[in-house]
Amino acid sequence: MISVSDVSLTFETNDGPVNALKNVSLEVNEGDFVSFIGPSGCGKTTLLRVIAALEIPTEGRVTVNKMTPDEARKAREYGYVFQAAGLYPWRTVSGNIKLPLEIMGYSTSEKKDRTRKVIDLVELNGFEKKFPWQLSGGMQQRASIARALAFDANILLMDEPFGALDEIVRDRLNGELLNLWARTRKTICFVTHSIPEAVFLSTKIVVMSPRPGRITDIIESPLPKNRDLNIRDSQEFIKIAQRVREGLKAGHTEDVI
Amino acid sequence: MNIYLLMFFIIWIGGWWLNVRISKFETFNLAKFIVPSLFGVVFLFMWELIVIGLTINPVLLPAPTAIASKFSSSLDILWIDFVQTLVKGALSGYILGCGSAFLTAIAIDKFNFLKRGLLPLGNFISALPIVGMAPIFVMWFGFDWQSKCAIVVVMVYFPMLVNSVQGLELIDPSRQDLMRTYNASYTQTLFKLRLPSALPFIFNGLKICSTLALIGAIVAEFFGSPIKGMGFRISSEVGRFALDMVWAEIFVAGMAGCLFYGVIALIERRTTFWHPSQQK
Repeated sequence: MISVSDVSLTFETNDGPVNALKNVSLEVNEGDFVSFIGPSGCGKTTLLRVIAALEIPTEGRVTVNKMTPDEARKAREYGYVFQAAGLYPWRTVSGNIKLPLEIMGYSTSEKKDRTRKVIDLVELNGFEKKFPWQLSGGMQQRASIARALAFDANILLMDEPFGALDEIVRDRLNGELLNLWARTRKTICFVTHSIPEAVFLSTKIVVMSPRPGRITDIIESPLPKNRDLNIRDSQEFIKIAQRVREGLKAGHTEDVI
Repeated sequence: MNIYLLMFFIIWIGGWWLNVRISKFETFNLAKFIVPSLFGVVFLFMWELIVIGLTINPVLLPAPTAIASKFSSSLDILWIDFVQTLVKGALSGYILGCGSAFLTAIAIDKFNFLKRGLLPLGNFISALPIVGMAPIFVMWFGFDWQSKCAIVVVMVYFPMLVNSVQGLELIDPSRQDLMRTYNASYTQTLFKLRLPSALPFIFNGLKICSTLALIGAIVAEFFGSPIKGMGFRISSEVGRFALDMVWAEIFVAGMAGCLFYGVIALIERRTTFWHPSQQK
């Protein structure tokens, strides 16, 4: 579905070139839930932005649904959820969800149907007429996910969507996200810096480290697709979390030397 | 002691005491209305009493009642002046100046190279002294309101331009990226994202320019005008020592300015209700 081969990206800054990504290769299959985890500066967000054609790699090849990222963007193959919910404050919740539909030229009745469907999906019923600043952070992020789902792209790219939320809300939204993933069968790429979040959600965990941004480990999760929060106490879960932690540590030791 | 002066102090202290008492009921909504109106009424009474009590020369300061009677007896002239200066001169210049500045801002935003040329030019024009430009514009555009309109255009253009450009520039990058992920066109992004988020800045420009337009139109008439208009009236009545008429014109200008500003602020509240500055 998404294939990244030998991608490097160098930013030119005033302090000289910065290697945001160095020789990164990765395969994402249809229906996967892939997490990118690593400390800040490891290029996990940059990698997501490369897939979304928001950044252009200096080297290497990326294909999304057998297209170049830019073609995929123009074909509206993916929905993107930003770290800050990024809702437009002058639009209501349903107005925000309708925004992509307006831009893509859906008919009035279809806009209505789709908005109702995704509002059901993220359980925001009763808040359609509220403005973003009248909602809690968790609800804003749900509306933002609904907006990304509204036009039914196959791929969902999520950049630390729950990073700013407290742990209780985050746990709940993680559970809901898994449900949503099971029901919609999307392919999801998810950036995070929380180990439990990555292990709990993913079928595949990509561990990254900084300077230069690179992949240190790719873990295929043996956990079953249907899971609930209790799985976090299982032996398997703890073992995967340990492996992630070691991958992160390995990246850091090299960095110090 | 003069009885009028005694009354002056009694009303002063009485009004003061009353307002302090009333303003303690902050939660009471009516108090927010009573306190400033009481202040206004007391102020007018004190003005009236001090003018009578000290027999101040009406050229220096006419009593409010004298201004009011002059005002009500010259409504026809005041109306003609109002239409000439504020409606024809100020309002047309305001719409033309702010409108063209807004369109220039959109052009600057689209074609970045214009920024280096047009912003310094706008800055230069706004620095030109109005007393120099006004007589030149009278020669170019004639004595009537058209030359006043031109002065107002010059005065409001730059503040409006700077505010609009800044509003269009200050866009949250992730909102911009969002539009890119939708493959939105330039016009879609402009109308659905950039203009709405620039609105608070655009309204700032419009509010600043509303008072500039009134001042510009009135002052420009000092440098040549037909025998009507607020600026013309003020300068000619000053010459005849008829200061009550001058005060009546000032009153009209003040009221019109407040009304103008109020209307814009009201539209702003309606359209930028979502902005933190509009929320209590």
